[in-house]
Amino acid sequence: MALDFSNTTVNAWRRENGRVGVRNHVVILPVDDISNAACEAVANNVKGTMAIPHAYGRLQFGEDLDLHFRTMIGTGANPNVAAVVVIGIEPEWTQIIVDGIAATGKPVTGFSIEQKGDFETIRLASWKAKEYVHWATELQKEPCPVSDLWISTKCGESDTTTGLSSCPTVGNMYDKLLPEGIYGCFGETSEITGAEHICKQRAATPEAADAFMKIFQDYQDEVIEAYKTSDLSDSQPTKGNILGGLTTIEEKALGNLEKIGRKSTYIDAVGPAVAPEKGPGLYYMDTSSAAAECVTLMAAAGYVIHTFPTGQGNVVGNPIVPVIKISGNPRTLRTMAEHIDVDVTGVLTREQTIDQAGDALIEMIVRTANGRNTSAEALGHREFSLTKLYRSA
Amino acid sequence: MGKPHLLKHDHEDNVGVVVVEGLTAGTEMLCVVTADNSDFTVTATMDIPIGHKVALSPLAAGDTVMKYGEDIGRMTGDAAVGEHVHIHNCKTKRW
Repeated sequence: MALDFSNTTVNAWRRENGRVGVRNHVVILPVDDISNAACEAVANNVKGTMAIPHAYGRLQFGEDLDLHFRTMIGTGANPNVAAVVVIGIEPEWTQIIVDGIAATGKPVTGFSIEQKGDFETIRLASWKAKEYVHWATELQKEPCPVSDLWISTKCGESDTTTGLSSCPTVGNMYDKLLPEGIYGCFGETSEITGAEHICKQRAATPEAADAFMKIFQDYQDEVIEAYKTSDLSDSQPTKGNILGGLTTIEEKALGNLEKIGRKSTYIDAVGPAVAPEKGPGLYYMDTSSAAAECVTLMAAAGYVIHTFPTGQGNVVGNPIVPVIKISGNPRTLRTMAEHIDVDVTGVLTREQTIDQAGDALIEMIVRTANGRNTSAEALGHREFSLTKLYRSA
Repeated sequence: MGKPHLLKHDHEDNVGVVVVEGLTAGTEMLCVVTADNSDFTVTATMDIPIGHKVALSPLAAGDTVMKYGEDIGRMTGDAAVGEHVHIHNCKTKRW
């Protein structure tokens, strides 16, 4: 008998814009790579804050710059973040990110380094960061319905066990929680190859199917055809996938799509880091299949918990979003158990049904939302990897 | 029913996945079809690692490999029932 989650609540933070966050970070956010040092100095001065250094943000232009701004603004705007100090080399781009985050109503202040230097910027930003920590740490949690959670998914270091156990576990969770009114998100455009016909069929509307197929075809034309050497076989499946028994991209894609369950359908297909605009439901996002890049984009779109099936044992985390790892591979549970939050090896031994595994994942989602640190959080995995569309000017 | 050595997604599949560590040649594998929990046995003729595929029908070069009830690629070599199917004898049809 499946559990009933319709009246389940989590204790979490209701933000100024009504969204629910399950973490309460005060973030020190660099606009660009050369502001990382100042941000890290502020985070070192003021305990309870977190700097999120990254590699880009200078001389980007066009669609690539739009994606940079969208990712940085989205990261600050995520409901898992209580308040933000933004630091950039110059004031104009800094202000664009400050204004974007401020639209949520949360406290945010920007500082720029030119004409001040790192010392003075760090001094001013540290005072503001300290003020934010005092404020954020007094914010109280409140009971929020589980339907207020936005839950994304991406699998990594997949093998044949992910398609048999951990991916259908996530799919079962979506089949149960999407009808309750959550937002869901899956993506990984390169890893849909071989199952794009099935992914197209899972669209809720012809418009969503067309949006997905356009993203898929653009990827084939603009990336695969433009940059392939002979084929993608040296990269997809990855060497880790092949060690785990996956032979072809078609096989990998079919296992990947198990994450959207038996009956869930997506209502829209959106670009990288684009927040959903059509209400509760499942969304396809155009993302890389690289774990940290994909989780970073989904976090920037506003998802507050990430579910991550793994076979061979991916160790990825995210600075602001708890990443829940699910594995059914008994060798991975034996050799790297410190990374796994939900053990579904029982699915392979037929001692656990997919329905029971789905319930176990939902229980872990609730516990995580209530504050349990994930394995990735406990181990300090804070991978923040920006997606770059093309080289900078 | 004991713990299976191999799982097969759908009845149309001609390969299944080893789900135990240390499977050795000669093992009579308990195989379960996940679609309906029906079972059958096949003898592994090679040592096959966990997660790797086993031919459940005789497969010849050029044959389509079926898993999840779907086409996952083509054979580039032969595999008798109970033999290992992987990159040495199976390839994507995409590239």
